[in-house]
Amino acid sequence: MRLELGYISVKDVKFGEKTELRDGIVYVNKAELLETIADERLAKLDVDIVHPGESVRICPVKDVLEPRVKVSGSGNVFPGFFDDAKTVGEGRTHVLRGMGVMTVGKIVGFQEGIVDMAGPGADYTPFSQLINLVILADKVEGLKQHEHEAALRMVGLKATRYVAEVSRNAEPDEIKVYETKPLQEQLLEYPGLPKVAYVYALQTQGLLHDSYLYAVDAKKILPTLIYPTEVMDGAVISGNCVSACDKNTTYHHLNSPVIYDLFEHHGKDLNFVGVVVSNENVTLLDKERSSNYAAKLIKSMGVDGVIISEEGFGNPDADLMMNCKKIEAEGIKTVLITDEYAGRDGASQSLADGHVAANAVVTAGNANAVITLPKLDKVIGYVDAVNTIAGGFDGALAADGSITIEIQAITGATNELGFNRMGGSVI
Amino acid sequence: MAGIRVVHYINQFFAGIGGEEKADTKPFKKEGVVGPGSALQAAFGEEMTIVGTVICGDTYFNENLDTVIPEIIKMIAGFNPQVFIAGPAFNAGRYGVACGAVCEAVARQLKIPVITGMYEENPGADMYKKSAYIIKTGNSAAKMRQAIPAMAKLALKLGKSEAIGTPEEEGYLPKGIRINIWYEKRGSARAVDMLIKKLRGEAFQTEYPMPVFDRVTPRPALKDLSKAKIALVTSGGIVPKGNPDRIESSSASKFGTYDLTGFDDLTAATHETAHGGYDPVYANQDPDRVLPVDVMRVLEKEGVIGSLHNTYYATVGNGTSVANAKKYAHAIGLELKEAGVDGIILTST
Repeated sequence: MRLELGYISVKDVKFGEKTELRDGIVYVNKAELLETIADERLAKLDVDIVHPGESVRICPVKDVLEPRVKVSGSGNVFPGFFDDAKTVGEGRTHVLRGMGVMTVGKIVGFQEGIVDMAGPGADYTPFSQLINLVILADKVEGLKQHEHEAALRMVGLKATRYVAEVSRNAEPDEIKVYETKPLQEQLLEYPGLPKVAYVYALQTQGLLHDSYLYAVDAKKILPTLIYPTEVMDGAVISGNCVSACDKNTTYHHLNSPVIYDLFEHHGKDLNFVGVVVSNENVTLLDKERSSNYAAKLIKSMGVDGVIISEEGFGNPDADLMMNCKKIEAEGIKTVLITDEYAGRDGASQSLADGHVAANAVVTAGNANAVITLPKLDKVIGYVDAVNTIAGGFDGALAADGSITIEIQAITGATNELGFNRMGGSVI
Repeated sequence: MAGIRVVHYINQFFAGIGGEEKADTKPFKKEGVVGPGSALQAAFGEEMTIVGTVICGDTYFNENLDTVIPEIIKMIAGFNPQVFIAGPAFNAGRYGVACGAVCEAVARQLKIPVITGMYEENPGADMYKKSAYIIKTGNSAAKMRQAIPAMAKLALKLGKSEAIGTPEEEGYLPKGIRINIWYEKRGSARAVDMLIKKLRGEAFQTEYPMPVFDRVTPRPALKDLSKAKIALVTSGGIVPKGNPDRIESSSASKFGTYDLTGFDDLTAATHETAHGGYDPVYANQDPDRVLPVDVMRVLEKEGVIGSLHNTYYATVGNGTSVANAKKYAHAIGLELKEAGVDGIILTST
């Protein structure tokens, strides 16, 4: 599969009479957008635009997405949600680079995140660097939590799809080409180089802990092989923002960093042959089954090494270690990406499970680290949620408007796909 | 007096009182420097001043831990210090433990920077390296000349709230404290680099060495369940409706103790989960799914178990550090032991 990504740099996002892309500026007709995303399950919908450096706090954030549109090749971005799940990953896709679509609204569970566009909190989230189209959506009275989550997820996908359309006929500022051949060909392509795959474990534990592959709830899949370019076209999306620091937003999946960084080395010092998508379910049986299956699949692919990423913490540490030990037992080298829960003082053991085979670990940092975020001028959403969201605590919101939280409440702070430069170390 | 105020702690030997025969010396304080304090003061120059010294015999200290630490803290606090230094203790075991224990107490209660010095095999080093900066010294007082400049330099930095370098740069024993830093490359690129090295058989450095995990051996089975008092303990966050203790949805700072008297069945009207790490819908519909009070009451009525202990304990396991989890487990365990409980059913999520 060969995919061209045509990047269009977004200089600004503004409301306008017509939704269009003009001179690098994305104009959005607010009324038309609201009509497009209308959902009888949602009572109050509003849209706002925020820029990097503005004194704005956004909370509780559910998902962040990046507008992408299929220009040529089969299918649509986010396959299976709006079409008959045609295979994606080939042809040309346009990307509105530098822009995000963010869904925000009253809390569904305990688990949504915070994005600060300025101040110390902005350093911890990559989304402070984007111009964000923020969709504020509240539920109708009596809507059950699972329906509430589904409605918000669809709003994000619909809004993103709507905005992405403006880039269809634009001239990209940069085109990058990514190609992976069918497995048997790809394995033979660079005979001198080590063959490498990526085990992409997705959080799949229920409400606000779910991920979707071609619109299938990933807790129901067995580990499966996909082309890396399918991920770039939105084959994997998020329904997931629990302890928002280490949950993958849809934006993360579209820009899945291990995939892009393996491509940087592809044909030079390794041969990147494919991606195995796996899950992290709640029962021991599911964990054993998925890790057995992933290890079998990896072995059958004939690779020399894999990178395994985790999503979440606690019992997903067990999925990570099972994948590691079973794949290492096949004589295949592993590197793991995780994050840490070493306590607020950093003095505790960081993981809930471990194994001697896990001797090559990258960490995205200690999510229990505490930070005080000063009051910002504007709040989008409901900042009082910080008293109950994961990473917050009673009294987290001070009288002066500042909040003291663990960084686990900040969206994307310790992302375990390895999206950030921040990581754990020891003194 | 000018400069940052420092208090120094030493034992009877370095105070010039005597050796083992004077190790029962009770704690006392003196204005200004005593013994090795003068070398520290010389190294500080004008910027820091040792305003007082607290002295205690090593035997007295170690045999009176409960009373001596508060007494010493009171003496130290009286000097109103901004930085606290103990030792160096080199390889003197009881002195090292005393230096570490006083440092830990000062840091916790007076909330000022603390520093000591020890040989790395001193038992106090391992016990207190997380609580204090411990400058690595030689194994005897003959190495005083090397120890003092390193201690003074780090103390000055701490006193002036300057950034502290790595253990290698500053010469302190690694504390084993996890911190967040900004690497040059993002995590995914670091993972790819590490994999390439591992595949080539080159040296690489993991960012998180695997700890030794604490495995718990199950206790022998209860001999007669029909006479046993059984308690319920959960990390699944089941709390009385409204979460009266405000147990956090992640990284719990406490556990709750709740009464089960009169409850045969937990319902959505009486209980809920505070846990933020799993789908709470089903636990909130019927909290017995996580804390099985209904089934336990049936077993109690049928005589399968002697009784259900009428107090249950709950915390939230989500994102809670292993160190805190151990602390809560210990406290809960002690209470249950005192209550004469024979067995505990632990439920997670």
